[in-house]
Amino acid sequence: MLKSLFIRRSLFEPSIGEKTIIYLLLIGWTIVVLFPIYWLVVTSFKLPIDVNTGPFYIPFVDYTPSLHAWEYILVGDLANDTRRNFLNTLTVAPTSAAIALLLGTAAAYALIRFEYRPRLGSILSFILCLIFAIFAITLGAPWQISLGAMLALFIVILLTIGRRFKRSLKNNDIAFWLISQRMLPPVAVVIPIYILFQRMALLDTRTALVITYVAVNLPIVVWLMRDYFQTIPIELEECAAIDGASRYRIFRSIVIPLSVPGLVATFLFILVFAWNEYLLALFLSGAKSQTLPLTIAAQNATRGPQWWYMSVLILIMIVPVIIIAILLERYIARGLLVGAVKG
Amino acid sequence: MAPDQNIPESSQPAKSEVTAAPQASQFLRVTSRADRTASSVFIMPSVLVVLLLAIFPLIISLYLSLSRFKFVKGGFEIKFVGLANFHKLFFGSEQKHFLGVLAVPSVVGWMVFGSVIGLLIYALFRGFIQRRFKARSLIGNILVFFFLTALIWLIIASLAPQGRPGTTVVTLLYVYIDIFIQYCIGLSLALLVTQQIRFRRFFRVIYLIPMMITPVGIAYMFRMLVDTDKGPFQPIWQALGLGLFSWVSNPWGARAAIMLGDIWQWTPFMFIVLLAAIEGQSVELLEAAYVDGSNRWQAFWHITFPQILPVTSTLVLIRMIEAFKIVDLPNIMTNGGPGTATESLTLQAFITWRSLDLGTSAAIAYTLLFLVTFIGISYVSLIRSRVAGEL
Repeated sequence: MLKSLFIRRSLFEPSIGEKTIIYLLLIGWTIVVLFPIYWLVVTSFKLPIDVNTGPFYIPFVDYTPSLHAWEYILVGDLANDTRRNFLNTLTVAPTSAAIALLLGTAAAYALIRFEYRPRLGSILSFILCLIFAIFAITLGAPWQISLGAMLALFIVILLTIGRRFKRSLKNNDIAFWLISQRMLPPVAVVIPIYILFQRMALLDTRTALVITYVAVNLPIVVWLMRDYFQTIPIELEECAAIDGASRYRIFRSIVIPLSVPGLVATFLFILVFAWNEYLLALFLSGAKSQTLPLTIAAQNATRGPQWWYMSVLILIMIVPVIIIAILLERYIARGLLVGAVKG
Repeated sequence: MAPDQNIPESSQPAKSEVTAAPQASQFLRVTSRADRTASSVFIMPSVLVVLLLAIFPLIISLYLSLSRFKFVKGGFEIKFVGLANFHKLFFGSEQKHFLGVLAVPSVVGWMVFGSVIGLLIYALFRGFIQRRFKARSLIGNILVFFFLTALIWLIIASLAPQGRPGTTVVTLLYVYIDIFIQYCIGLSLALLVTQQIRFRRFFRVIYLIPMMITPVGIAYMFRMLVDTDKGPFQPIWQALGLGLFSWVSNPWGARAAIMLGDIWQWTPFMFIVLLAAIEGQSVELLEAAYVDGSNRWQAFWHITFPQILPVTSTLVLIRMIEAFKIVDLPNIMTNGGPGTATESLTLQAFITWRSLDLGTSAAIAYTLLFLVTFIGISYVSLIRSRVAGEL
């Protein structure tokens, strides 16, 4: 759109002076963005003494670069840890992002194309029963019995009182409920999740991290993809339905191919979230399932932060995501935008 | 993105009945048994996952926030204490930490407070007139009004010369100052990049990078950068006579350092979405404006800005929800210090958790949740619904 505009009119052409200012400002921000990363690169080649005796900017001129930090992280003492944590991150982040995308996309599509009318009364009674069950468990009742009792109570309520409540929720309410889960501060839920995984003997496993990240990132997927699906014309799906395609078929063969930009942008987004997540990983992993952000934080040891090791680790961590980001860059804006403007 | 391209939204039955063809609603309605199964298959996995890992923990957390955790012989014990944890936060021993020390504001503080309250009353009154005296919306508005007044009073009173901001106020400052600056920088950059220049894609990719770095990494990186003794800007500090000044020893310096890190990281997000919005705006209007002789500023203010307003409102909402959870940066850069000057609510909850005071930690987290939910809902109902339609 913008290109055609420029061909048609020279009205928008900035003058030479304006162009200079624009370039200066843009290059200024480029420096703001790149300088910290340059500093990381420089620091990763410094010896501790070069870091501690004052700022040195240019390798070979100000100081003699050394590979000691890279050696320590990649082949030296920390190599095993690095490799294991890198592999953990490499499995946990994409797996959780893929699962969240799959589940969230289906839910987002369903919220756009099906009408749900869950009864308010049944939901409230379910939550009430759940609260009772939890109280019973914390008071010392065996969990099998209390869960069974809860289910029985729920069904009884549903069949008797539940029918009286005619008020029901709509799709918007379900969507808002799902999205509002994103507002939860992780600290609020992490202790129960910790206990839950402890009971399931999943603590310090990658599975636990994957499950948690899926739950944390699902709302974002539902949010972004729901808005994206609203832009897909419904006529195509109707035609397919008239031709006898099932809902699953329509979803797979029509909706998914049409929403690739949105899917890619959302995937990248939640991948980055899962890749970089620190707090939940800190709670849920011990030695075996540590991810890279924890390795970085662990370099702040008793001898103070080991800047040179940290720099190496941060650089190792950002290279894969930046490569992915550059490859998928054109999708990000499009995918996120449609979600934001709705229509 | 003209409004008439809108397809009917199934989520709004009233609207879709007006605009949609009858077949459309036929397709939306779940009639056959196969449809019913499909509708469950599509949504149930997500609902179950969220139920299991959000609702269930939330209920347990609520219980924890009403109880005290302590070690006893052979394990631990969770004792129900009612609202004691919340009482401690709002009125008891943690009040100064959580809400801050409140003092009588200075003249400027009173002026700011007065004008903000005046503005709020005006907005309330206008909304009242516009909605034709509907009781339900009026009660909602008055609730929001009192809540906002209390928050603003908290901010102004604790920022007064004798006061000291608690973690709540610090979190609010982080969120709103950061979002404001991020938005301004992001918008300016997006406007600059959409000018007719070369290397547009290069700038776009470069500007995206900070978003991809882990917050832990950014925190350590900024700790290196703001070091006035060994950091890269040491000559500048030296020239300014701040050679051995430590940012972290001054409350506002430390807060500024943390905000700097947050702004650096999240400006790209604003930038990339606003860029797409500006590129997608309707060109005919802009052309007409330029032909009619308006200058760049007028064209931006009257044509571009209204068109990107809906995107703006969504962006602010997303960032607001995420920014309230800020924890990595203050935890690593300052560990909340000096004192508690840079502690955010999440960090306070985390530190309390680390000292095994699970009840108070859960109470803080719950207060944060209420705060975010209330602010989010007020924002959606007061501002966003006007700018962008429904949620």
